[in-house]
Amino acid sequence: MFSARTIAGIRPRMVWKRRGIESRRAKYGYIFALPWMTGLLFFYAYPLLSSIYYSFTKYNVISPVEWVGLNNYKELFNDPLFWTGIKNTLYYALFAVPISVVLGISLALLLNMPIRWRSFFRTVFFIPTLVPVVATAIIWQWLLNPQFGLINHLLETIGIGGPPWLGDPKWSKPSLILMAQWGIGNSVIIYLAGLQDISKDYDDAARVDGASGLRKVWHITLPLLTPVIFFNMIMGIINALQVFTLPYALTYGTGNPANSLLFYSMHLYNNAFLYMKMGYASAMAWILFIVIMTITLLLFRSSSRWVYYHGDQ
Amino acid sequence: MNVIRKKYPIILTYIVLIVAGAVFLLPFIWMVSTSLKPDTQLFVSPPVWIPNPIAWENYYRAVTVVPFFTYMKNTLIVASLATAGAVISTPLTGYSLARIKWKGRELLFIITLAVMMIPSQVTMVPLFIIFSKLDLVGTFLPLILPPCFGVPFFIFLMRQFFKQLPRDLEDAARIDGCSEFGIYFKIMLPLVQPAILTVALFQFMNSWNDFIGPLIYLNDEAKYTLQLGLQQFKQAYNTIWNQLMAASVLVALPIILLYFFVQKSFIQGITFGGVKG
Repeated sequence: MFSARTIAGIRPRMVWKRRGIESRRAKYGYIFALPWMTGLLFFYAYPLLSSIYYSFTKYNVISPVEWVGLNNYKELFNDPLFWTGIKNTLYYALFAVPISVVLGISLALLLNMPIRWRSFFRTVFFIPTLVPVVATAIIWQWLLNPQFGLINHLLETIGIGGPPWLGDPKWSKPSLILMAQWGIGNSVIIYLAGLQDISKDYDDAARVDGASGLRKVWHITLPLLTPVIFFNMIMGIINALQVFTLPYALTYGTGNPANSLLFYSMHLYNNAFLYMKMGYASAMAWILFIVIMTITLLLFRSSSRWVYYHGDQ
Repeated sequence: MNVIRKKYPIILTYIVLIVAGAVFLLPFIWMVSTSLKPDTQLFVSPPVWIPNPIAWENYYRAVTVVPFFTYMKNTLIVASLATAGAVISTPLTGYSLARIKWKGRELLFIITLAVMMIPSQVTMVPLFIIFSKLDLVGTFLPLILPPCFGVPFFIFLMRQFFKQLPRDLEDAARIDGCSEFGIYFKIMLPLVQPAILTVALFQFMNSWNDFIGPLIYLNDEAKYTLQLGLQQFKQAYNTIWNQLMAASVLVALPIILLYFFVQKSFIQGITFGGVKG
């Protein structure tokens, strides 16, 4: 440690010198960030603003833009497929997200036990997330094939007549939710990292107090994990509300059977790139954006009541 | 008694993990098994687990009935150029945000975090309009250009890594007369190599697995990427399960192999947002 006097003698000149360097360096700050600022302008700011504008117009890229005021929004409220898309998407999010949270935490808790071959098991649960979505669609369409699929065969051997899965409007969304759980590995890895961040001290304290097993998990581990649960829930809801690729790959964009797999983003995509209704699709995009923002805000609001941020964060 | 009470949860853990693991592996096993079956063993009951004889020709047909290698080449062009772009652009911005003081830096950082919240559906339509006005629809450029200017999440990741580096290094280099670009390229960049590997890996994987991007921008079959090609194959041959599975194996395999080589970078990239962010 320096004494106060030496610091008084040396420090001011150092600080002055550093400030000089900093101000000379400032221009490099701009130079280094210039590509991203350009990208931000072209690929985010301009599209974001022009999308508001397009949502009040009729435009098919070829003929000139035509201002139609609120017509797109009015038309949307009378579009039955818009409502179908909303219903299907909410149904999907309402089931897929809670199931994946419970399943993800359970698997992570098990993988956090002092077991052998932990990295092997971790790999087993993670690898499905690496499979491209179109391949996932193909694999599961075959597994869930009502007549020749492996799953219905296995169900039959234990005396259950398997449902028609993706072929039946009643079973198609549950099938999709089931398929989505195959890709749970990402959130398991995040929960696991969260669990490994929890200090061993809590464990020891719990043992001293005589808490064991499930009680410890419920009263100590889970509360300490709530920030990670919160993160995964927000990401899960945002992704679920935008679900697109898997149902699109399964149905080639049709959303069949009986529009039961027509999700909001699919209807949006079809309007934009199948019917070239750019204005209409932009209006849909803004409604989606506002819904996502509202839900995220509400969740953040609620977080102070159930998310526990411990001191060392 | 005590030993049993202690062992019991562990044994239960193994049982649950083995059963759950089998359920997660089953689709893979079934995919590989189906991909090697002769046509006659596809629709039989009870199902055949180990094909006999092994029909390797499914793989040959999967890559010849559709121009598989053209799709592969297209995918590699898009993925490698997008990856190169992201690897050059995102450390630059991350460095600027972490280690140089300039007016507006905090604002740029907040905006960078904020744009991660914008759903891609919002920017999708205007971006298509821009690219169609530039006459770039049908080329690879709409898929390659955006990451060349920066990707918000990767910038965030790079910034956090640059922030951890000690100050002394650059001071020493500056005293030695090293230029700002020299400090960046010769001293700072080599120190964040693990982060750069993570960015490269995730950009490559995103481009490889991207479906909606190619779906919007590529309309000529000769330009299709693997994902679009696979979708096309699925639509045209929707009951020829053995060939479809062979094609799926071929499309999924490169990324799975990559995982075994750079497992650490994968885990780092995934846990970054959730735990350390």
